[in-house]
Amino acid sequence: MVAKKKEHELIVSVSPHVKSDVTTSGIMWTVNIALLPAFIFSVYFFGPRALIVTSLCIVTALLSEWGFQKFTDKDTTITDGSAVLTGLLLGLNLPATVPFYIPVIGTISAIVITKQLFGGLGYNIFNPALIGRAFVLITWPRAMTTWMKPDAAFTSFDAVSAATPLGILKEEGLAKLLVEFGDKVNLYTELFLGHRAGSLGETSVLALLIGACYLLYKRYITWHIPLSFIGTVAVIAWIFGGEGWFNGDPLIHILSGGLILGAFFMATDYVTAPSVRKGQIVFGVGCGLITMLIRLKGGYPEGVMFAILLMNCFTPMIDRNMRSSVFGARKQVKEEAK
Amino acid sequence: MGLSTFEGGIHPPEHKELAEHSAIVEAKAPSRAIIPLSQHIGAPCESIVEIGKEVKKGEVVGNPGGFVSAPVHSSVSGKVIAIGDFPASNGRMVPSVVIENDSKEEWAPLKDDPDYMSRNADELREMIKNAGIVGLGGATFPSHVKLSPPKEKPIDAVIINGAECEPYLTADHRLMVESPKEVVEGLKIVMKVLGVKKGYIGIESNKPDAARIMSEAVAGESNIEVHVLQVKYPQGAEKMLIKSILDREVPAGGLPMDIGVVVHNVGTALAIYEACRFGKPIIERIVTVTGKGIKEPKNLKVRIGTPVSQLIEEAGGFIDDGPVKVIIGGPMMGFAQYSLDVPVTKGTSGVIAMTSDEYEPTEKFGPCIRCGRCIDICPMGLMPSMLSLFSEKGFYEDCKEYNLFDCFECGSCTYVCPSKRPIVQFVRLAKSMVKP
Repeated sequence: MVAKKKEHELIVSVSPHVKSDVTTSGIMWTVNIALLPAFIFSVYFFGPRALIVTSLCIVTALLSEWGFQKFTDKDTTITDGSAVLTGLLLGLNLPATVPFYIPVIGTISAIVITKQLFGGLGYNIFNPALIGRAFVLITWPRAMTTWMKPDAAFTSFDAVSAATPLGILKEEGLAKLLVEFGDKVNLYTELFLGHRAGSLGETSVLALLIGACYLLYKRYITWHIPLSFIGTVAVIAWIFGGEGWFNGDPLIHILSGGLILGAFFMATDYVTAPSVRKGQIVFGVGCGLITMLIRLKGGYPEGVMFAILLMNCFTPMIDRNMRSSVFGARKQVKEEAK
Repeated sequence: MGLSTFEGGIHPPEHKELAEHSAIVEAKAPSRAIIPLSQHIGAPCESIVEIGKEVKKGEVVGNPGGFVSAPVHSSVSGKVIAIGDFPASNGRMVPSVVIENDSKEEWAPLKDDPDYMSRNADELREMIKNAGIVGLGGATFPSHVKLSPPKEKPIDAVIINGAECEPYLTADHRLMVESPKEVVEGLKIVMKVLGVKKGYIGIESNKPDAARIMSEAVAGESNIEVHVLQVKYPQGAEKMLIKSILDREVPAGGLPMDIGVVVHNVGTALAIYEACRFGKPIIERIVTVTGKGIKEPKNLKVRIGTPVSQLIEEAGGFIDDGPVKVIIGGPMMGFAQYSLDVPVTKGTSGVIAMTSDEYEPTEKFGPCIRCGRCIDICPMGLMPSMLSLFSEKGFYEDCKEYNLFDCFECGSCTYVCPSKRPIVQFVRLAKSMVKP
């Protein structure tokens, strides 16, 4: 009898046998990295308070996700970068001067109520960071609308309070805004660089665009939502934003408030935005319309947060009604229409 | 103008460099050929031999079990030593005939016919049918069925599929480089059978030598065009290929013949030529034996029924003793094997041995994060994310709402999914649970 040949170990699994190297946690960490410039600018402008507020959010996010998953006997997912991202985004959406319990409570409501109670990553209806922010804004309206001047020396905890450009625009009008910033060119420059009062990470358009370009280059986000969102804001601002019609200043509306942060980093959240491209355009336009409705007619000077949250509600409906067009059905539809 | 293509698709690493420049060599005939009686889509064959019978090379051992079926032939001369169920490359046990090779290489009488082009369409179709020709690209649909369109479906174009979009595989590439004239002759036979004036040959642009050689081969033929296609998986899927070359869309649930097109693989074209010219049935095919786990990747001309283990030996064996994943077919749609005793069949386009740095280790999959990547790349314009979510929750009926049965399981969605969800498997599960 012949000696039995050594059997080679064979791996058996289902097709396809090759996969792309893009992973969910890779995407999440990349978005975190893309937010780093904005984070660094926030510390530069607002001093150590910025560092503390954002760090509190991130640490609370990790602890509450870990704690909830421990409590509900689930595998922990804190290394996938999504909890860190929620914490980071919420931190960048808070004013520098908030009492330190606000970031903690805001983050818990974001992670536990908005994300985990709905089933965790992939199942939440609303953007967790934005719900966290809405929660603390409504609970502590004064603390959440007290802004500081972005000139704090890095070593100083002292804060001089100031109004945001959109706040001035709403309460006192464009003329007052120009007095504050000198002339229009100066205003645009300061807004672009981020030298203004506002939430930590929203002020520097430059820093945000650096991160956004990286995400666009990596194709982790596409132009559909940001462009339709910002474009709609610009058009509405131009038509209704000034004295009379077609007289508004779209640039002020684009560069101030949380629009750039919201349009590139929050409205593009995969889970809570439509996944079909044409649906994303509808989503972006909706966000733009609601934002401008609040900015021009609402009680708040800024509306990006509520706009995105409201459009999050419409996401399932948009996805259901604006499906991708199936191969082989496209041409037939055209012929039937004739 | 850019290269012809379709919407969607992916770009997996090609790894064609492993074998694309090695010329086709003939593999040793197996000492025992295992001939499965079902090597095609459609009714299995019925065995017409019994144990102990002497058969010749090319002799029929299984007769077709219906119209959508194709006979199988012995690939060696020798004696039938077993008839029964044997493991096949699709993971199932398949009734097969085992023939011990007497190494005499005696052919059954073949009908050599240098003047084959003067035969009429019905005669040619009959020769193709008797030669047991099926789609050699891997789909294994009996070719004579495609050549028998009903009268109400006039055909006006024939496409020869040389896209070979699956990574690693180079069999069709080598075949076009080495036997261009025969492929063109095969195309002309198909055009004659169908009474079609226009023929196309589609080749992905990553095979410039094949495109050049095929263009030279059709230089004198004013009604045959070579189309160079964008490199993109699944460019070689019938529906995608037709869209790329003719800009026609096969309607959902329909066949290419519904829009006047018939597509054949280059290997099939060659087999059709050999069947009509020499009366030769399919007893061998080109198989790419490749992958980083293989010492000397090769393109082999292999007898049907040769065990895969023998091909791996002919290609120098495995690179080391480490675990390998052996795939029959391409890495996107092929089957991983649990035994190397399975035989090469008509549909075996490649044998790939992947080392641990090539294949994705099996891992837990995550929740769908609705990133929409699968929707962007689905060549059929479906929403694979929704199909996988419904199927995961057991809502199989809802999958139909999302055009479940238009999916041809190319695996592109599973390739791009960042959560590594087994979307294709969810689709297959749903398909098995509901009626179309």
